[in-house]
Amino acid sequence: MYQVGIDIGSSAAKVAVIKDDEVAKTMLLDTGFSSRKVADKIYESLASEGITKDNAKYVATGYGRVSVPYADNVVTEITCHGKGADYLFKENGTVIDIGGQDTKGISLKRGRVMKFIMNDKCSAGTGKFLEVMTGRLGLTLEELSDLAREGNEISISSMCTVFAESEVISLIGKGTPRADIAFGVIESVINKVVALIAQVPADKYFLTGGLCEDDYVRERLELALNAPVKSTPLARYAGAIGAAILAAEE
Amino acid sequence: MPNLELPKSFDEFVDARKAGFIHVKDYVENGGHLVGIFCSYTPLELFDAAGVCAIGLCGTSNEPIADAEKVLPKNLCPLIKASYGFAYTDKCPYTYFCDFIVGETTCDGKKKMFELLNDIKETYVMQLPQGQKRAYAKDIWYEEVKLLKEKLEEKYGVEITDEKLREAAGKRNALRRTQLELYALQGMNPPALKSTEVMSTLAQGLFHFGVDAQHATYRARVDAAKAAYEAGERPVSEKAKRILLTGCPSTGVIQKVGVTIENNGGVIVCLDDCGGERTTKMMVDEDADDILRAISDRYLEIHCSVMTTNEGRIENTKEMCKKYNVDGVVELVLQACHTFNVEATRMQEMCDEEGIPYMKLETDYSTTDSGQIETRLAAFLEML
Repeated sequence: MYQVGIDIGSSAAKVAVIKDDEVAKTMLLDTGFSSRKVADKIYESLASEGITKDNAKYVATGYGRVSVPYADNVVTEITCHGKGADYLFKENGTVIDIGGQDTKGISLKRGRVMKFIMNDKCSAGTGKFLEVMTGRLGLTLEELSDLAREGNEISISSMCTVFAESEVISLIGKGTPRADIAFGVIESVINKVVALIAQVPADKYFLTGGLCEDDYVRERLELALNAPVKSTPLARYAGAIGAAILAAEE
Repeated sequence: MPNLELPKSFDEFVDARKAGFIHVKDYVENGGHLVGIFCSYTPLELFDAAGVCAIGLCGTSNEPIADAEKVLPKNLCPLIKASYGFAYTDKCPYTYFCDFIVGETTCDGKKKMFELLNDIKETYVMQLPQGQKRAYAKDIWYEEVKLLKEKLEEKYGVEITDEKLREAAGKRNALRRTQLELYALQGMNPPALKSTEVMSTLAQGLFHFGVDAQHATYRARVDAAKAAYEAGERPVSEKAKRILLTGCPSTGVIQKVGVTIENNGGVIVCLDDCGGERTTKMMVDEDADDILRAISDRYLEIHCSVMTTNEGRIENTKEMCKKYNVDGVVELVLQACHTFNVEATRMQEMCDEEGIPYMKLETDYSTTDSGQIETRLAAFLEML
């Protein structure tokens, strides 16, 4: 029996397949403009490898969770990230998930969600903020982090993504080095995330979501939180892994 | 018989709204008098005794908010904006046809809005004390209730006698007892009614012409629910997580919060906003020597976040959590409602001490954050 977790986020769709308590496979796709289409694509792709309704249970999560017609169950990303992080880190602490449109802090104790916090309907401190800024600076996310390491300390004061973008444009206009702007952009995200996470404090943090492999972001978070922030490449799939685990609990 | 004019935009209204306007127009043309009210502090017995009908005007829809924002600041609670907006756009038949409006100095937003509302429709504002604990707090409210009595007597050329007040108090107490029966139905396991049924029943209750009509509606609802429960009907699953909804008035978010809780495996067993047991359970002492004093004392017992300090509300919620066997507390904060938003810290402290999971939900009447609200509520219910 396969357990399939499908996490359809606002920008990326993540899939994790668990067999015999081990993550046997992961997949990463662009969500694009249709959650339904990406859900169909995931099914076909898994089916071509012999994973179908006949031998698998599916749990869908993420904002597109309701668009997976073949899902056996639907669970929110909060519960799934909690389960997934517990599987990956096996410790008490707070999960920091920086997602495409929202950022979450999830307090975990013995594998259970004790409390959680989400940003308001605002893209500051989320992946969307970084997406807009990398687009404006003509950089990839990786390049942004690499540059930020070299940058001098400047601050981008606007919290609103739209205003912050015009602030970046005027910095570019003034000839501010790209590395400095990169520093300011990432610092803005760090500050907003840390302010949110302050409501679910812990002595250990786990970074999940799309930025999990970004060492620079992780280090800046550690500095700002004054506590260890752990991650692993699989943490990008924490929500999908959690969903896959829950597929067994049907 | 007065001959009333309909609003200029009447022809553009949808049929349901037209019907609402005709219904209210007929009532007034046949000699009925409506007074608009906003708050659970309003001493309803006085209107009953004056032979006029008090009708709730709290705005619960997003519709008139954009228009209200032409006058009011955007960063104001949706209930205040909607209430003003309905008057400003002539879209609410009750606001449109009422003789005048009675408000109270509750929160800052409301009391300043009332000044502007007065330009559209006469608005009489009762001055609440800022807290209930000062030795003279009850006297302040008693004097205010007396002034309202005089206002009504003068306006309608009637005498509000003690006898009439006692009769009104008797009827209002009976209505309160029926309302408490309605709440008690949710205390059962599983509850006898879906959360949204209770919320809608209470919301509709405010639009009856008079206490008898309102009581009859509630009575019928309670009797029907009891009979159905005895016949074995279980509209709510036994597994549904039992939620206490506290904070701001919730009628404007029945869809966004009430339905969402229901659709995600929960049920609101205790409505702890100002339409619930907290403001209903106190009775007026019908046999008191000074009946007006008994009425004013009863209303000032209400624990609203506009009062400072307000431990009574938190204590009461703690009791309700036990009484209704609550699994989790959801606090609704309407955007820019400072008093409930700040007091939420106290509510959370109490919940933490009692080991009851707590979540604060800040929202407005729009649908822009429905997805986020659903994720939050669903995750909270999964957590329980």
